[in-house]
Amino acid sequence: MAIFGARRFLWRSFSTISSHPLRVCIVGSGPAGFYTAEKILKTHQGSQVDIIDRLPTPYGLVRSGVAPDHPETKNVINQFSRVAQNGRCSFLGNVALGYSISLVELRELYHVVVLAYGAESDRVVGIPGEDLKGVHSAREFVWWYNGHPYGRNLDPDLKNTDTAVILGQGNVALDVARILLRPTSELAITDIASHALTALEQSSIRKVYLVGRRGPVQAACTAKELREVLGIKDLYIHIKETDLKITPADEEEMKNSRIHRRIYELLSKAATAGPSQPSSGQRELHFVFFRQPDRFLESYDKKRYVSGVHLEKTTLKGIGSGKQIAIGTGQFENLSCGIVLKSIGYKSVPVDDLPFDNQKGVVPNVKGRVLSDNSGDPTSIENGLYVCGWLKRGPTGIIATNLYCAEETVTSLSEDLELGVLASTTRLPKLGRDGLLQILDNRNVRVVPFSAWERIDKEEKRLGSLRNKPREKLTSWEELLKVAGSE
Amino acid sequence: MSRTRFRQGHCGQCQRSPVELLSETRAFFQGAIFQKHHYFSTLGSNNTSGGGDEQKETISVTFVSKDGEEIPIRVPIGTSMLEAAHQNDIELEGACEGSLACSTCHVIVMDMEHYNKLEEPSDEENDMLDLAFGLTETSRLGCQIIARPELDGIRLAIPAATRNFAVDGYVAKPH
Repeated sequence: MAIFGARRFLWRSFSTISSHPLRVCIVGSGPAGFYTAEKILKTHQGSQVDIIDRLPTPYGLVRSGVAPDHPETKNVINQFSRVAQNGRCSFLGNVALGYSISLVELRELYHVVVLAYGAESDRVVGIPGEDLKGVHSAREFVWWYNGHPYGRNLDPDLKNTDTAVILGQGNVALDVARILLRPTSELAITDIASHALTALEQSSIRKVYLVGRRGPVQAACTAKELREVLGIKDLYIHIKETDLKITPADEEEMKNSRIHRRIYELLSKAATAGPSQPSSGQRELHFVFFRQPDRFLESYDKKRYVSGVHLEKTTLKGIGSGKQIAIGTGQFENLSCGIVLKSIGYKSVPVDDLPFDNQKGVVPNVKGRVLSDNSGDPTSIENGLYVCGWLKRGPTGIIATNLYCAEETVTSLSEDLELGVLASTTRLPKLGRDGLLQILDNRNVRVVPFSAWERIDKEEKRLGSLRNKPREKLTSWEELLKVAGSE
Repeated sequence: MSRTRFRQGHCGQCQRSPVELLSETRAFFQGAIFQKHHYFSTLGSNNTSGGGDEQKETISVTFVSKDGEEIPIRVPIGTSMLEAAHQNDIELEGACEGSLACSTCHVIVMDMEHYNKLEEPSDEENDMLDLAFGLTETSRLGCQIIARPELDGIRLAIPAATRNFAVDGYVAKPH
């Protein structure tokens, strides 16, 4: 305990010993980026922290991932904006790593670079028919209803069918199901993108299937989201009672996990609670367990359009340490639908000159210190380069997970500073923000500082107030940059 | 108001009283941030912060920080432990600002007697506790523990990130 305290003493006085400020650049302004910035600002007095994001708007998935009907989850934005308003911190939006500025250039401009840009791509299922029209990634669908500039042209067809199949049973899958099934009058007063609200108001989707490879004990969602979707007004819920049978291996899993225990209880109650048949015109939510997709089926009448999913029944097999995986049984069935949303996980994207583990989809690292290659050799470290968030751990966890992730990364950074590991760079002053802005100016990049985001924020709230919504999101680059104004 | 002060702790732009500035300067030169906390909280011990018009009755609450530092404060009846922590510059996160949409204000009640005096957590609180890091048998969300006379003397540990971290010999039992 005393050692820990002494360390903090050293870290806080670092900048008084050194004659120039520690200059840090964080790439990515979601929870990982902001929690890292907050901790660095607090731990290293005198440090200058810049947060760059390729969007003109900050906050990452808090803005573009959290569902519109979960406004309280977005309260953390208040904390993050206080960080951005710190005199030693600058948010620089519309600056894309790999396009506006390279990683090599950033490492030259700053003493420390922390990559926290998350995961902007998807795991693929890898089965035939995945490129049929009507098969979308849940990530893009979420971007679409959340007004992300890259989502506005998704244009999912919600009118050609009454059935949607969602592959996956995590919280993103439940979000998508909920947005498809909630009465649109309830969505109309959220910050959902208007193009999505219009499409949902005209949607003919009445049945949603949530398909998981394994059983109710292994479902990846959490209790709040499950409780919420089960509680949607006038929604018929269907769960096969035979799917609820548990094995000793299942019991062992539940014994060790409170979350899984409570999820199983919620699903069991829901299976027996409601009526056994939907009433006429009632919307339906079906939980399908022990099914994995084998291929997507193409429609006979509409060429290149999906018309269903060919599913294989699965059984569970223990692979040691309490884990069970799904194994195909060779028995198949078809599930008809007009739209498929794949919610099986996000995936990070590498950039030039960045070591990347393609198998795990993360940057190889030890406690946030980036390693030079995938060999796992902990001694080959990229000095001054750190990683935090999904790019470091893989695309799992909640907003709060980044709190601890940032703590670990910043502890590694602080240890490296204290032990002189970064002395060769920190000995010299760096151009930092001024250097970055000069280069960006030469390249005609229109940087969006925090004050310009505040203009966007104000305008979105103003437009929202005209429609009884907390905000009306601006969803095109042009609109966003116009309102941001030139710098 | 006090929460803003807490959040902008190291920002040179916020309005602070000379007394706080003095303590901050002292802390900076000595590097002893712990002293700053004690100084501030002793100052604050007789204050009824939070805008109460009358002298509200208070109870004694001790927070034990991640580093094992004991911080005794007085909390007005009706104030949540999260609000009390923020009013006293204690490092307790509150991402969702008390709306039961996160688990960052997770605290560990350090004795069974006080834990048992608390009302049962609601389904909503339990849903959030599912996700708390280092969850124990006596874990609760700080925003849901409201000061009452029966809770006088309650001690709350702020969990560290790692499960194995021992606070003053107190080892959290895994849930």
